[in-house]
Amino acid sequence: MSTPAAGSVPVATDAPAVELHGITKRFPGVVANRDIDIVVQPGTVHAIVGENGAGKSTLMKILYGMQRPDEGRISVNGEPVSFSSPADAISAGIGMVHQHFMLADNFTVLENVVLGAEPGRLGVLDFAAARRRIREISAAYGLDIRPERMVEDLGVGDRQRVEILKVLYRGARILILDEPTAVLVPQEVDELFGNLRELKAEGLTVLFISHKLDEVLAVADEITVIRRGTTVATVRPADVTARRLAELMVGSDLPSPETRESTVRDEVVLAVEGVTVRAEDGRTLIADVSLTIHSGEVLGIAGVEGNGQAELVEAIMGLRPAESGRVLLSGRDLTGMHTRPRRTAGIGFIPEDRTRQGLLLEATLWENRILGHQTEPPNVSGIWIDRAGARRDCERIVEEYDVRTPNIEVAASALSGGNQQKLIVGREMSSRLSLLVAAHPTRGVDVGAQAAIWDHLRAARAEGLAVLLISADLDELIGLSDSIKVILRGRLVADADPKTVTPEELGSAMTGAGDHRGGPEPSDVDEATADWPASAADGASVGSVGPAGSVGPVGPVGPAGPAAGGAVDEPADPLGGRHREPGGGT
Amino acid sequence: MRSRFDTERILLALAAPTLAVLVAALLSSVALLVAGHSPLSTFQSMASFGVDSGSIVQILNKSITYYLSGLAVAIGFRMNLFNIGVDGQYRIAAFFAAVAGGAVALPAPLHVLLIILVAAVVGALWAAIAGVLKVTRGVSEVISTIMLNFIAGGIVAYLLNPDRLAVRQGSQLINTHPLRQSGWFPGIPLPGGEVYGFIVVAALCGVGYTVLLNRTRFGYDLRATGLSETAAVASGVDVRRMVVRTMLISGGVAGLVGLPTLLGESHSYGQDFPLGYGFTGIAIALLGRNNPIGIGLGALLWSFLEQSSQILDLEGVPKEIVTIMQGVTVLSVVIAYELVRRFSLVQQQRRVGAELGTAAPTGDEVPA
Repeated sequence: MSTPAAGSVPVATDAPAVELHGITKRFPGVVANRDIDIVVQPGTVHAIVGENGAGKSTLMKILYGMQRPDEGRISVNGEPVSFSSPADAISAGIGMVHQHFMLADNFTVLENVVLGAEPGRLGVLDFAAARRRIREISAAYGLDIRPERMVEDLGVGDRQRVEILKVLYRGARILILDEPTAVLVPQEVDELFGNLRELKAEGLTVLFISHKLDEVLAVADEITVIRRGTTVATVRPADVTARRLAELMVGSDLPSPETRESTVRDEVVLAVEGVTVRAEDGRTLIADVSLTIHSGEVLGIAGVEGNGQAELVEAIMGLRPAESGRVLLSGRDLTGMHTRPRRTAGIGFIPEDRTRQGLLLEATLWENRILGHQTEPPNVSGIWIDRAGARRDCERIVEEYDVRTPNIEVAASALSGGNQQKLIVGREMSSRLSLLVAAHPTRGVDVGAQAAIWDHLRAARAEGLAVLLISADLDELIGLSDSIKVILRGRLVADADPKTVTPEELGSAMTGAGDHRGGPEPSDVDEATADWPASAADGASVGSVGPAGSVGPVGPVGPAGPAAGGAVDEPADPLGGRHREPGGGT
Repeated sequence: MRSRFDTERILLALAAPTLAVLVAALLSSVALLVAGHSPLSTFQSMASFGVDSGSIVQILNKSITYYLSGLAVAIGFRMNLFNIGVDGQYRIAAFFAAVAGGAVALPAPLHVLLIILVAAVVGALWAAIAGVLKVTRGVSEVISTIMLNFIAGGIVAYLLNPDRLAVRQGSQLINTHPLRQSGWFPGIPLPGGEVYGFIVVAALCGVGYTVLLNRTRFGYDLRATGLSETAAVASGVDVRRMVVRTMLISGGVAGLVGLPTLLGESHSYGQDFPLGYGFTGIAIALLGRNNPIGIGLGALLWSFLEQSSQILDLEGVPKEIVTIMQGVTVLSVVIAYELVRRFSLVQQQRRVGAELGTAAPTGDEVPA
C-alpha cells in the first residue's frame, strides 16, 4: 500500500497514520460498530463511506476520543493509544472538523482559532504570535485566511477553512472531516478538495467521511466502505465505479426481503396528482409528482437522500402544504386537510426521524402508543384517554413486535433505536389502515428485527394495505416493492420493475447517470426542477430502468447542464431564470 | 419489576424537593449570617409566628390566590407556552367581573356564578389575544403577554373613574360599585378568622387541571405538544389551534385569580386591588413543577414565608431576607429537579440497557 496519488510527498515513516483493529462498540440493544478494521496510510486522503446509520459517526467519535470502544485496538503512527477524551486525541495529533461549524460569529478568525488554546503567559494573550502562526499555516496549506476578519462576514466555505485551520493550529497531523461537503455548493466543494490536496502534499492525513460517492471518488486515495456497522471493503478509486461502491454500501448479499406473489388489487388507495411543493424561499422541492398505489401494493421510492422524498411524504401526510395538485385516499380528496383527519381517514405513518417525529422521548411507552392515534380505540373513548386500554394494547405490541423493554412504564428514550422503531411500526400497524407511509421502516434496526418488520409489512399487504415505501436500502426496496419509482431532484424520473431490476441499475438511475464523476450533487433539487409545466403527464416524463441496464430516458445528464436529471422529452426549464444558488435547500 | 421502578421514582421525586429545601435553607442561613443575624433563632421565630392561628388563616387565604395563579401559568408551561400575562389577565378580569357583579341583583348562587363566569371569560379573551398574535403573526407570547399586562393596567385605570365605571367612596378611594351581599362568596370560619370560601373553587380547578391534562384527548395533545412539537404535529395535532385554546384556558383560570379577594373580602375593585399575583404564580408553578399538588405546596410555602416575614421586623431582622429565601428556593428547586430528571433518565437507560444488553443481537448481524 504505497501512497497512490501522484505528487504526494513520500513520508518518512512506514507506520500507518491510523490503524483500527477489531473495533466493536455496543449500545443497549444494538451494535453500532463491529470488527472494524481500517488502515490509513500517512499522507493520504482516506474516505469512509456508508449509508446513514451505518456506523460512520460512531466510529469517528471513537477515533476522536468521544466514545470508548468495547473491544479493539487503535494505533496512531504505529503507537497503540487509548483515548478517554477528545483532549487525548488532540494531543496525539488528531483533529476533527465537525459538520456543523463551531465558531463564534462575533469574534475574528484569530480569536476563534485561539479560543480554547490561548497563547501567552500569565494570562496575557500573545496575539501577535498567534497571528503569525495563523498566517504561516494559511500560507503553507493554501487556506487563504486573513486572521483579522470577522467570522460573521465569512461565507460557508471560508468558515470551513477556519475550522480546518483551527485544528491545524492545535497541531493536528491527522484530520477527520465529518461530511464536510454537506453544507457546500459545488464550487466550494472543488475549493475544499484543492485544500485537501494541499494538506496531503504537506504530509498530513485526512479521514473524509461521506456518503456522496462522486466526491469520494474524486478526492480519496483509498476508500473504506462501512455497512451495518462493519467494514466490508477497502478499495482504490481507480479500481471501482460509483455503481460498485453503491453496491458495496447497500450490500447485495443481505437476507432478501422478497415478496413475490403479487397481491395488488384493482382498487386505487392513494392517488397523488401533480403535486408540487415549494420551500418558503420559492425553491421547488417536488415538482408535479403523480403516483397511484393500489390496495395490496407496495410502491417503493428510490432516490438519494435529499431529492424530495421527505417532502413528498410530508405533502401526503399534510405536514407541508402543496402548492398545486391533489392527494386522494380511496377517492376522497384530502388536499388541504390537516394531518389528523388524514390519519383518521386511514393513513399510518412511520416517520423518517423517529426521535423527532415518531416519539415523545420523555413519555412512557404506553403514552407513545397513543401518539398519532389520539382519536381511536383502544386509546380513547369519547373525549377521554383510555389509559387501561392503551396500556393493554401497548403490552400486546411489545409482545408481538418483540420490543425489548422491561415494562411499558419506562420512557421511550430508554429504549435502543431499534426497539423504538419496532414500537413505532407496531403502533402504526395496529390501526385499521388503508395506506401506510413508511419512511425507512427498518433504519437502525438489527437484522432479526428487520426481517420481523418485513414480515409484518408483507402480511398487511396481503390483507390489502397499500404502502408507500421510502428506503435507502435498495435491497429492501427491491424485495418489498411491487413497483418502484425513482425520484431525482424532486421529480419522478423513472419506473423500475422490482422483479428484474438490480441494485446497480437502480443506483445509477438514482444519481441520474451511470458512473460519471465530479458532477454536481444530485441534491440541488432547484436547478433541474424549477417550474416544469404542471401538465406533463406522469407517463410521458417517466423512463424505465430495464434489466439490461438500459436506463431509458434518464440518461442525458451532464454534470452542469441546467436540465440535468430531466428526461429527454421534457422541455428545458421553460421559465428560465428561476435558478437559485444550489445547495441551501437540503 | 414495575414496583422497583416505582419505588425508585418515588424516591427520586422526594429527593428533589428535599435537596432544594436544604440548599435553600443553607443559602438563606448564609445570607442571614452575613447580615449578622442568627439563622436558627430567625427560623424559629418565623416558624412560631407562622403557625399562629391568625397567621394560618392569612396563609391559607393568600395561597388560594397563589394556587390559582400558579395553575394558570402551569397550563401554559405544560405546552411550552410562557404566559407571563396572568397579572394583566386577572386584573382586567376581576375589574369587569366586579363591574358586572356590581350592576346586577340576582339570587346568591347565580350572582356569584355570573361573576365567576365574567371573570373567566374576560381573562380567557385577554389571554387569547396573545395566542392569536402568536399563531397569526408569530409574535412571541412572552413579549405580547408582558405588553398586554401594561395595556390591561391602562384600561383598568382609565375605566376606574367616577365618570366611567366606578364610584367615589370617601374622599380618596375610587371603587367599582360594591357587590350586593348575594354576590359574596361565604367564608369558612376557623379559630383565627375566616378562610375564603373560594378555596373550594380553587380545589376544583386543581382537580380539573389534573383530569384535563392526564385523562382527556385534549390534555394529551397539549402535553404531547409540550414534549415534542414535531412529534405532536406528525401525530396530527393542530398546534396553532392548540396554542389559542391553551391560552384561552390559561387565561380563564387566570381570570379567577382576583376572585378570592373580590368575592371574599373587598367586594369591589378599587385602586387598592392587589397587584403582582401573576408574577408570583410563575414562581409557584416552577416550585410545584406544574403538578397540581406541588403547586398547592408551593403556594403554601410561599405565603407562609410572606406571612412569617412580618415578625422579622420586630426581631430586628430585615424583612427582605424572605425575598432572598423565596428566590433561592425557586432556583434550587428548578436546578434540583432538572438534575434529578436527567439523572433518572440516564438511570432508566442504563437499567434497560443492563437488562437487555446481554440479549442484544451481536452475532446474528450480517454475514458480510
